Amino acid sequence: MAETIAFTLNDKPVSVTTDGQRPLLWVLRTDFSLTGTKFGCGQAQCGACTVLVDNKAVRSCVYPVRNAGGREVRTIEGLSQNGDLHPLQKAFVEHDALQCGFCTPGMILTAYSLLQQNPQPTREEIIQGMDHNLCRCGAHTRIIDAIQSAATALKGGTSR
Amino acid sequence: MNDNELLNLDFTDIKIDPNLSRRELLKTIGGGIIIFFCVGDSSVLEAQRRGGRGYPDDFNTYLKIGPDGRIACYTGKIEMGQGIITSLGQMLADEVDVSLESVDMVMGDTSVCPWDMGTFGSMSTRFFGPPLRAAGAEARRVLLELAAEQLKVPQDRLVAENGVIYDKEQKDKRVTYGDLAKGKTIARRAKEKPSLKSPSEFKVMNKSFTRRDSAEKVTGKAKYAGDIRLPGMLYAKLLRPPAHGAKLKNVDTAAAEKIEGVTVVHEDDLVAVLHKNPDQAAEALSKVTAEFDPSPLKVDDQTIFDHLLKNAGNSNVGAHGGNLEEGQKQAEIIVEQTYLDGYKAHAAMETHTALAQVEGNKVTVWISTQTPFPAKDQIAKALSFDADNVRVITPFVGGGFGGKSAGQQAIEAAKLSKATGKPVQVCWSREEEFFYDTFRPAAVVKIKSGLTKEGKAVLWDYNVYYAGERGAPQFYDIPHHRTTSVGGGFGGGASPHPFATGAWRAPGNNTNCFARESQIDIMAAKAKMDPIEFRLKNLKDERAIRVLKAAAEKFDWKPAPSPSGRGLGVAVGTDSDTFVAQIAEVQVDKRTGRVQVKRVLCAQDMGLVINPEGATIQVEGCITMGLGYTLTEDIHFKGGMILDRNFDTYELPRFSSLPKIETVLLDLKNEPAHGGGEPAIIIVGAVVANAIHDATGARLLQLPLTPERVRKAITAIA
Ligand code: FES
Ligand code: FES
Repeated sequence: MAETIAFTLNDKPVSVTTDGQRPLLWVLRTDFSLTGTKFGCGQAQCGACTVLVDNKAVRSCVYPVRNAGGREVRTIEGLSQNGDLHPLQKAFVEHDALQCGFCTPGMILTAYSLLQQNPQPTREEIIQGMDHNLCRCGAHTRIIDAIQSAATALKGGTSR
Repeated sequence: MNDNELLNLDFTDIKIDPNLSRRELLKTIGGGIIIFFCVGDSSVLEAQRRGGRGYPDDFNTYLKIGPDGRIACYTGKIEMGQGIITSLGQMLADEVDVSLESVDMVMGDTSVCPWDMGTFGSMSTRFFGPPLRAAGAEARRVLLELAAEQLKVPQDRLVAENGVIYDKEQKDKRVTYGDLAKGKTIARRAKEKPSLKSPSEFKVMNKSFTRRDSAEKVTGKAKYAGDIRLPGMLYAKLLRPPAHGAKLKNVDTAAAEKIEGVTVVHEDDLVAVLHKNPDQAAEALSKVTAEFDPSPLKVDDQTIFDHLLKNAGNSNVGAHGGNLEEGQKQAEIIVEQTYLDGYKAHAAMETHTALAQVEGNKVTVWISTQTPFPAKDQIAKALSFDADNVRVITPFVGGGFGGKSAGQQAIEAAKLSKATGKPVQVCWSREEEFFYDTFRPAAVVKIKSGLTKEGKAVLWDYNVYYAGERGAPQFYDIPHHRTTSVGGGFGGGASPHPFATGAWRAPGNNTNCFARESQIDIMAAKAKMDPIEFRLKNLKDERAIRVLKAAAEKFDWKPAPSPSGRGLGVAVGTDSDTFVAQIAEVQVDKRTGRVQVKRVLCAQDMGLVINPEGATIQVEGCITMGLGYTLTEDIHFKGGMILDRNFDTYELPRFSSLPKIETVLLDLKNEPAHGGGEPAIIIVGAVVANAIHDATGARLLQLPLTPERVRKAITAIA
């Protein structure tokens, strides 16, 4: 049944009238044309579809859009501010922490959520925090390095 | 093969391609200085003819110097993560004498790029690179000619540097490339072989650059096939059989048709439900009921090996030498083993996707594909369109690994767009991806080998079934040897595989290396020799020796016969003209059979390294991906039914699977560039299996090396 769901999307108030059961992933990708959020498995197995809801990583392929009502949703498109890359994005670029780039938005947002909860994670903690995000190209070692250096940059108060 | 051989190209006979005439092309790409370049027929380029067609003989590479001074390279190659968007750009920038930032790569658009058979086989740098460099050198020569005219300075006084040409005796006499190109449309074709820069002149090549596409990829701006949006587009979900070989008996779409906004298409076996939202199309498809005849296939993942052997046809004898009977006589120790390897999925994170827009008798299709030009022909055939009226555009591809070479999803999208008159996207679900993947084929390798008590290998009788010949010929110094192969690596109509098979990153070589390097390790252990010492004693190939020694030295290898209890393994292999050697350290939980790979060191001889950073990333990617086929990945199936449908049962390598990875690239600037996207994956299975033997004394003969198999092998020797 169609219902109107209002939330904040990348810092802007939005609303959508649709079936509230629909996965947030497809609402973002089709209704809002925000295609940075990727589909990889549809069953919460890979993390490609990760977005932030109230600054926490959620798997948008299994997250009913209704649950986003009244919350703050952030996708990869909304991570950089005024054209400045977020330290995590910068670190991914500098460390070449990607190949095909398909897993990358999900990796960055999962890492964002991880650093929110644990601003100075150990290597072991990064591995644990990221272990359910898949990357077929094998960029893993560089992703860990990128997250570590972003954590350091964020501690230095580079931005946000 | 050396640079000269690679450049033995035909520069003279340029015919106009009927599909893409140069005049038409000039209209499309606009003014500037355009260099056409032709790869002619040469023995090396025969390797390009695997697709049944070589490069066209008019031109296949071209580049444009625009009035803004930017250099655009048009190529049918595509970027799927392997990084040629950077390394090809480096090659061009260096020869034209501009910075890498001034090079634009235009890739995989059949309307402006010259024909190319596809991006696979680690061939972009090896085979496309040299003509690209030559085209760059020719462009530089044309620019110098133009500058000499314009500046009225003899050419030998001119210096080209970073997009500017100046008189070395009067430096303010200068002109930029952009100014030379301004207001002109000059189409030149290379007439004679231009001379390429020597390594001492490199400014951009052989230097590390980070990826050129990462800013787009970390911000979500990078567009993949599924990200293209057209007004009025529909998303399609197709009815799929429950098993390979199951035929559709009847279907009832009435319930789906009643849903608002749903369009149903039913043409022969194609049953599709379309909606403006993909999730709602999927929802509607679940309302379609259908009956299928059961699949006649009986084989499963346990019985497949017997099935394959039973259906094996005649074998091809490949490399051979000496006399096997003589070898048998000389041998004091005989080792006979059979190695098994199951089906593997490509499992790129991006599933097969296409968006097609049919307008009248023309169609444009955005595809996630490694083969835009073959896809164009397939689509033309499926729609009965003239190939000239089909345009394929390849946005970024979210991983390929050989799996994005078939165009099924594009044909589906094109047919549905034709049927509905709307742009249609087909994006496979993960289940469809596992169902229609062209799996790496299951394979069997039987080896009988022999050695003397002193550890000299004298006999090698190698028989591979269904992995194909890549990596099958051995490179050891064994006087009496023979390699035979049955059933290529790819399934055809008459193949005994129950479903489609195809190229999977370094096709066949992973299986062949697992068998060969395990067997060599067994022989070393029988001779009670250190596995590196044994290999060096039996190798004569100098590149193999050099790369193995480099690995041993960097690892600080201390010789000891296996099993030493240390958990160290070694393996050597060759692929795409590159040689690799790896040493791995593992920890085995003997109770559970669980294996943790702690460290992998990879030494690689790939000749001239265009982008050392990019090459290192490919090595890391290969090792990480390789751990999957080595430890966990195997397709489970029963009859035509694929039992693995998502990542819960088909387990890819994860962060927690990671070893410490060290890469050593041999510095060989003066040699031609060899392949880099595949070699380092080929010996991961072998090196880990050998390390497990070193840790436990148990020998694993079947990939993947699952805890259950490891436990069993340990129990068997206890
Ligand atoms: S698409 Fe959501 S976790 Fe894979
Ligand atoms: S970069 Fe390709 S899947 Fe991670």
